[in-house]
Amino acid sequence: MQLFRAVLLRLATTAVTLSGVALIVFVVIRVVPGNPIAMMLPPGATDADIARLTAQYGLDKAIPEQFFIWASGVLHGDFGVSITARQPVLDLVLGRLPATLELSIMALVIACVLGGAAALTGTRGRGTGAEAAIDIANGVALSIPDFLWGLVLVLLFGVLMPVFHISGRVTPSLDLPFVTNFYLFESVARLRFDLWADIVSHMFLPALALAIPLAAIIGQLLKQSLKETMHLDYVTLARTKGYGENHVILREALRNAVLPTLTLVGVQFTFLIGGTVIIERLFSYEGPGEHGD
Amino acid sequence: MKLNRRTLLRISVASAAIGFGLPARAQGIDELVIAYNVNLPSWDPTVGPSAVNPTIQGMYQSDFDQFILQQPDLKPAPGLLTEWGWNDDKTQVWMTVREGVTWHDGSPFTAEDVAWNLARVADPATGSPIQFVWGTLANHRVEGNKVIADVVQFDPTIFKWMYFLTGYVLPKAYYEQVGAEGFEAAPIGTGPYMVEKFERNAFVRLKANANYWGGKPEFETVTIKFVTDAAARVAEVESGNSHVTLEVPYEEYDRLKASLTGVAAPISDIGMIFLNDIEVMTDPNVRKAAAHAIDKQTIIDRLLSGYGVRIDTLETPEYDAYDPSITVEYNPEKAMELLAASGYGPDNPVKFKIQTTKGFKPKDYEMIQAIVGLWRKVGIEAEIEVYEIAKHYELRAADQLAPAAFYNWGNSVGDPTTSTGFAMFGPSPHSVWDGQDLIDMIGPLWGEKDEARRIEGWKAVSRFIADEALVIPLLQYVQPILSAPGVVVTPHASGALLPHLMKRA
Repeated sequence: MQLFRAVLLRLATTAVTLSGVALIVFVVIRVVPGNPIAMMLPPGATDADIARLTAQYGLDKAIPEQFFIWASGVLHGDFGVSITARQPVLDLVLGRLPATLELSIMALVIACVLGGAAALTGTRGRGTGAEAAIDIANGVALSIPDFLWGLVLVLLFGVLMPVFHISGRVTPSLDLPFVTNFYLFESVARLRFDLWADIVSHMFLPALALAIPLAAIIGQLLKQSLKETMHLDYVTLARTKGYGENHVILREALRNAVLPTLTLVGVQFTFLIGGTVIIERLFSYEGPGEHGD
Repeated sequence: MKLNRRTLLRISVASAAIGFGLPARAQGIDELVIAYNVNLPSWDPTVGPSAVNPTIQGMYQSDFDQFILQQPDLKPAPGLLTEWGWNDDKTQVWMTVREGVTWHDGSPFTAEDVAWNLARVADPATGSPIQFVWGTLANHRVEGNKVIADVVQFDPTIFKWMYFLTGYVLPKAYYEQVGAEGFEAAPIGTGPYMVEKFERNAFVRLKANANYWGGKPEFETVTIKFVTDAAARVAEVESGNSHVTLEVPYEEYDRLKASLTGVAAPISDIGMIFLNDIEVMTDPNVRKAAAHAIDKQTIIDRLLSGYGVRIDTLETPEYDAYDPSITVEYNPEKAMELLAASGYGPDNPVKFKIQTTKGFKPKDYEMIQAIVGLWRKVGIEAEIEVYEIAKHYELRAADQLAPAAFYNWGNSVGDPTTSTGFAMFGPSPHSVWDGQDLIDMIGPLWGEKDEARRIEGWKAVSRFIADEALVIPLLQYVQPILSAPGVVVTPHASGALLPHLMKRA
């Protein structure tokens, strides 16, 4: 009963939050500069043409009325039709969201691998030049924004050594048998590793660009946690038992030290999904970020 | 084999290349890949915002034909219509429809298709943004292979709109069968290429139309990738992933044209400064001084690497009403004299605001910075305000632009009504100059039936505008196109990048 109440409370809170966000976004979009009708006016249009098109798109109505119309549609599962793409908005978003999710997951995996390796290497070589090098690398990785990493990676692995693809999500000439938009996962499920390799080749650079700053954060936090854990009694006990340094770090200290990092990774993943817009544009990757036009 | 660091690096790169497959550089050009600078949101070229977006017309013209063909120099030529004209008293228009043309699905193209298309875009219910033009014709009817329509209101540019925005021919039977949504999913036309695969926001793959009435295009398959970031487009052609791209920074164009093929030709877009007849801009001395103080050629040479054509009217050399005898000289001394006559000078500068976009067009903000610097020398202190292009449209439609505002104007049909006319005619929502004398000059030209007199009339308007400095035209833009060696691109003055105009060397 208590669980049921908690779930209901959470659902109610979520509904209020979503309504608030929807209202704010709806109003802000309408009050910021830029009139969609003025944008689509061709040379020669008269004031009467402006009025006709404004009425046709319902933009002549008061903002509260526009919001009510939109919200009523949403409650019935109708998110409206994109003026530009002339397609249902829900289809457009759902069609592209999997691309961003796959990209974000791949970026997260790369960030965890790179950040984890940096933290373990730094901890293993603490007090030596290796730790200093890791700290400097972390600092550099963190201080350069992801889109700049993207440009560097394009130059290095797209132009100077053209190893990876630098635009798109898949090679256009390939025949795609997919029924979902989760190309990466579906290619594995279908055992089409040729497609999988092509998709990874397209995803790798944008995912790496997103992953580098995140890897630095993970690396710093994990290294700090490991350093603190290494001074705890149970780690000292492990050492006195004669375990080697690698065993102590990997089998004893890491298990406890990783907990704050896992929490951070969870939070960062949500930021990662929202932060792919510029990278998707740079790599012409067909996620919702490319809908910016 | 001795294994050293360099060998290891080579092996790594080679392994990765085998694993992932090297991009197109090593392949022959069986499939032409174009990195396009814009996305294609919608496939219907007659309705919605995409229909009036000049930058995507090249993609539309690959799949669809327009009523009348427009040649690379902007001049019209027989297309789906082979002949056209008005009757003697200009109360009717007639059009002869090309025979033997087929749609991409193999069905025959007929005069019925032309009549249906003209009636459709004239109907306000379809949401055509150009309904105000197409609505000047009514009662469209077919007589053999001719289409006749009554003229409701005479518009001398009606046939020019047939190769301009929304002037496309869609298949009547197919569209009625599949509806708007079905057409978006599988668009067919009579154009040189057929849509084979379309991934929204990613690419469109085109297959050559073997039955094209203008001859089969050179490249059997063309993939147009949507690469909206300029740096990414440079990387695309430099790496060999794409064979052709456009709208790259001029510095990159200069760098790459040594190793790739480059063509940079003037297009129908111009850069200009709107002057709004408010505040100090009502003083003719201030306006004229502002115009004379700008060294346009130096700005083009220094900021645009020479890629631009200086203009003194809103008409470029390709336009019908271009008059090379109308000039506005760069003369800072004259500018200072004019300002002095109104009591201004370097020690007592006239002040106003100038609005500009930043990064919307090449070096737009930098150009305005340079102009403000030149103005300062003669006694004009202009404050720069940066705004988004959407804000410009909104302010211009409401006649609320600052006294000076930078903008670019496109006019790919080259008619004076669609450049000087709409930009300077007070009652038009595109104009911010409301002077009655200019309204009186332009008014009669809208319906002038004698073409020679109409063009001469517009030239007189341009001269008046230049003499009175009612607007400051700056330059005609040059479009840089880069292509792989072996691919020859014919530039189109409208700015449309057309795959069927690309050939093997």
